[in-house]
Amino acid sequence: MDKNISFTLKVWRQNGPKDKGHFDTFQMKDIPGDTSFLEMLDILNEQLVEGGKEPVVFDHDCREGICGMCSLYINGHPHGPATGATTCQIYMRRFKDGDVITVEPWRSAGFPVIKDLMVDRTAYDKIMQAGGFVSVRTGAPQDANAILIPKPIADEAMDAASCIGCGACVAACKNGSAMLFVSAKVSQLNLLPQGKPEALRRAKAMLSKMDELGFGNCTNTRACEAECPKCVSISNIARLNRDFIKAKLKD
Amino acid sequence: MWLSNSSIGRKVVMSVTGIALVLFLTFHMAMNCVALVSGEAYNMVCEFLGANWYALVATVGLAALFVIHIIYAFWLTVQNRAARGSERYAVTSTPKNVEWASQNMLALGVIVILGVALHLFNFWYKMQFAEIIGNPMMGGLHAADGYGYILQTFGCPVYFVLYIVWLVALWFHLTHGFWSAMQTLGWNNTLWINRWKCISNIYSTIVVLGFMLVAVVFFLKGLCCGAC
Amino acid sequence: MTKIIDSKIPEGPIAEKWTNYKAHQKLVNPANKRRLDIIVVGTGLAGASAAASLGEMGFRVFNFCIQDSPRRAHSIAAQGGINAAKNYQNDGDSVYRLFYDTVKGGDYRAREANVYRLAEVSNNIIDQCVAQGVPFAREYGGTLANRSFGGAQVSRTFYAKGQTGQQLLLGAYSALSRQVGAGTVKLYTRYEMEDVVIVDGRARGIIAKNLVTGKLERFAAHAVVIATGGYGNAYFLSTNAMACNCTAAMACYRKGAWFANPAYVQIHPTCIPVHGDKQSKLTLMSESLRNDGRIWVPKKIEDAKALQAGTKKGSDIPEEDRDYYLERRYPAFGNLVPRDVASRAAKERCDKGFGVNNTGLAVFLDFSESIERLGIDVVRQRYGNLFDMYEEITDVNPGQLANEIKGVKYYNPMMIYPAIHYTMGGIWVDYELQTSIKGLFAIGECNFSDHGANRLGASALMQGLADGYFVLPYTIQNYLADQITVPRFSTDLPEFAAAEKAVQDKIDHLMNIKGKKSVDSIHKELGHVMWEYVGMGRTAEGLKTGLAKLKEIRKEFETQLFIPGSKEGMNVELDKAIRLQDFITMGELIAYDALNRNESCGGHFREEYQTEEGEAKRDDQNFFYVACWEYQGSDEKAPTLLKEPLVYEAIKVQTRNYKS
Repeated sequence: MDKNISFTLKVWRQNGPKDKGHFDTFQMKDIPGDTSFLEMLDILNEQLVEGGKEPVVFDHDCREGICGMCSLYINGHPHGPATGATTCQIYMRRFKDGDVITVEPWRSAGFPVIKDLMVDRTAYDKIMQAGGFVSVRTGAPQDANAILIPKPIADEAMDAASCIGCGACVAACKNGSAMLFVSAKVSQLNLLPQGKPEALRRAKAMLSKMDELGFGNCTNTRACEAECPKCVSISNIARLNRDFIKAKLKD
Repeated sequence: MWLSNSSIGRKVVMSVTGIALVLFLTFHMAMNCVALVSGEAYNMVCEFLGANWYALVATVGLAALFVIHIIYAFWLTVQNRAARGSERYAVTSTPKNVEWASQNMLALGVIVILGVALHLFNFWYKMQFAEIIGNPMMGGLHAADGYGYILQTFGCPVYFVLYIVWLVALWFHLTHGFWSAMQTLGWNNTLWINRWKCISNIYSTIVVLGFMLVAVVFFLKGLCCGAC
Repeated sequence: MTKIIDSKIPEGPIAEKWTNYKAHQKLVNPANKRRLDIIVVGTGLAGASAAASLGEMGFRVFNFCIQDSPRRAHSIAAQGGINAAKNYQNDGDSVYRLFYDTVKGGDYRAREANVYRLAEVSNNIIDQCVAQGVPFAREYGGTLANRSFGGAQVSRTFYAKGQTGQQLLLGAYSALSRQVGAGTVKLYTRYEMEDVVIVDGRARGIIAKNLVTGKLERFAAHAVVIATGGYGNAYFLSTNAMACNCTAAMACYRKGAWFANPAYVQIHPTCIPVHGDKQSKLTLMSESLRNDGRIWVPKKIEDAKALQAGTKKGSDIPEEDRDYYLERRYPAFGNLVPRDVASRAAKERCDKGFGVNNTGLAVFLDFSESIERLGIDVVRQRYGNLFDMYEEITDVNPGQLANEIKGVKYYNPMMIYPAIHYTMGGIWVDYELQTSIKGLFAIGECNFSDHGANRLGASALMQGLADGYFVLPYTIQNYLADQITVPRFSTDLPEFAAAEKAVQDKIDHLMNIKGKKSVDSIHKELGHVMWEYVGMGRTAEGLKTGLAKLKEIRKEFETQLFIPGSKEGMNVELDKAIRLQDFITMGELIAYDALNRNESCGGHFREEYQTEEGEAKRDDQNFFYVACWEYQGSDEKAPTLLKEPLVYEAIKVQTRNYKS
């Protein structure tokens, strides 16, 4: 069975978007290796509450790696040291006895801190509202098999669609760019025949919303792709670039 | 104008100017290599590219490419730093697949600019510029005596080392810049990314090696003759 | 006092009821739609699809969710798929067969007319989702692929990798986003509904807490729709997300909406077993694993003892000593029996001492046979992400060859155990999805209507989207057609002020208890009591003990609770405390219903009522009804029971049989 470990935890505390913020340091003792990272924070919070203090605030929900709510920057990596996993799927056996674990919120102008480790990601919703959809009315479509979609296309769309909107790409990007997120949604819909009629308009609308919200310019460092918990590829960014350039040349 | 007010547009400008500059480098490298074969031939090329109207037009165009590339680079960097927010991470760590060059393009670019400045002073100022102002002997040798200037410059160990540093920075800058430009222009996918990266590395290496070869050969020549 | 429960089921043969209803219902014309406001609480499959569809129709919609974005709703976690009666596989499927399977799977406790309508619109859902760009799995020919699922003999489940719920939710979320962009829907994120406001007997608004500022805010509308999911977290450990709660449903219940069949709680058979007391949730492994995985425990008790002691591993036990108990007991359906049957069979084995982990509460799910038959590549292609997830959590790789005995290769088996997963019970609704309060509607998991006593796999997504896209947007108009002359409401009405004050008083009260115990520690105690006495195997005596213990927990909550910080600004502990108070009430409601229902059916298993073979024994004579519970003015008082008799016209009620 897993061993218990003890370590030092440095956690970012910030009481609201305007507050300066600082690190609090905690000594964690005898944490079982099969505890998830968030459960470890639960243990910390339980101790804090028992001591009459306010718990560390962080976003979390499904705790099975799919909702995209959890968003911790652990030891220099969004979602911590594992690849292809969200924060909630990190288990303490990945850390060693005596480690110093630093936990920070996503840091980006597009994602202001709400409190402690919780950030505001409504910018992603706004980008979606600008064009992340197929304009189809409820109740009117034709039979689902009426348009055949080759399996490779469907699979590629599915890979792009597996984005969970967590914001790790922005958190990882030295440019604070949301291109991986935007391109994943644009790719998914632009690849499928159902999304083709609006493909160019979608690329333009979602990109300009992203720019407007203050996200940075992509410089192809590939940090987003490396840190993405769902391994979304930057080839989606190339597709977005292609569609966007095509759209602008057409105008 | 989408080339200035959209993030992809701005990147397209970077890519297109970047690719044009890569082509210029290729041409320049090829021209330099002529010097390895024959000083006379090289000087003929120099004469051909003196203060003629076509050479001047090309020079102005080239300068424009440089200036646009540089201005956009600084502009993008300022925007990107703002997008990053005011607070910085206390602990950072670079993932394995992230190339060092890709995260330091501006710093590399600045080294390249300094190198270009040095280069302009060493050669262009004494050659084409000297001809333009009608004082061909301004640099000590005749403006079309490129071969002589090469000998003079690389004969000096200080210049030689500076040029090597410059070329190394250029190599890093190109290895990322080349495939990155293709990615920005949308000519990429999961298959092509590795091809482009391979092509970038080989191409950058050929270009930079070509330049270096000239520098090394003439540095060695200088050692033998004891110039500077 | 007898109330007559009118479920408003339309006249006519079952196959024509919905068509007839739509043909004769009242509609609202476009100009009037603009004048009518609708509040939709929740942005899961049901909530998002309803808000999007209503907004698109022209109503002014206010949509609320407690997370930072609609896309986080827990519908996203559904892995397996969504059912529809398309019969694309030519294996004899039809609307009737889907209807029949769902009613049978629900152990004949669902309302027939609702289920038929669900089966009827199931095909529209697939069409709709494909049109939205949901990337369902496809065959090489370009047509949609299907897989089979528990409780059915046809392949009718559509899927998108292991992320069907996510993809369907993203589809609904994108439709919703389109409407938000168009201005027909106004979205409020990080808001939690705390109460429903009733004006002259009709639901006219809600009181919601802004979770960031901590302030209470009032919202008024002509109708209120709640789509706030189930109450599984009353058990503390469940497969539900951390924020899933029943506060909105309890608010409706306290204002007079009946709560139906709370005892029907689904226990999912394939979850990763509990490992320690620090655990915060249980992780589900998709039911689709049962397509190729075989469930077993050792035949010999000494092998089980060795496994529990850790001196043996699963792969050390040869084929002949393995008891594939589902295949043994249910030859016709084997490992694909419905969830309740599979869960109970696992519990039965573990209760007899055959559990295979250190707690004795786990069974094996083994892929050795399918890896040998299909090759590891094919198996990984199907379940690779689940294998990886399992390995990350448990440090065991189920695809790894572990042993070879007499030429037979044995791979590491997974360990699984049942866990609370879904709640079939919920707010009572009529055929129009309207609750017993006029103008208050409930859709998705938070209503009770379609699954009876047990839900089949891949049916939850179907119901959420059916309600949201295809049912509620029609039926709500039948109500709103009378409301077109009613002007917009002011939130200054005394009813709003009173409701807000009541919530504020409750918050002040909780903050002022100033005891010593954290919310989570009390919630864990609640979970233990619920699982122990109101869990998988229930007895009258146990339920009575459970009810007594729940009273103690309520007392402890009222006297020992400690919430740090203040009520101003964000206070996650306060938010959890409000939810916990409702979970306690909910727990009691489950226990009351379970105690009342002296039979075993679907997700409700009373140990006193079983056949000699240990199967659930229904009592159609006495319990062929929907149990509706009515609030009696105080959480301390027991609720009163109202009965909606079930009337089956199309299906002959019989004993469920998955053996032959």
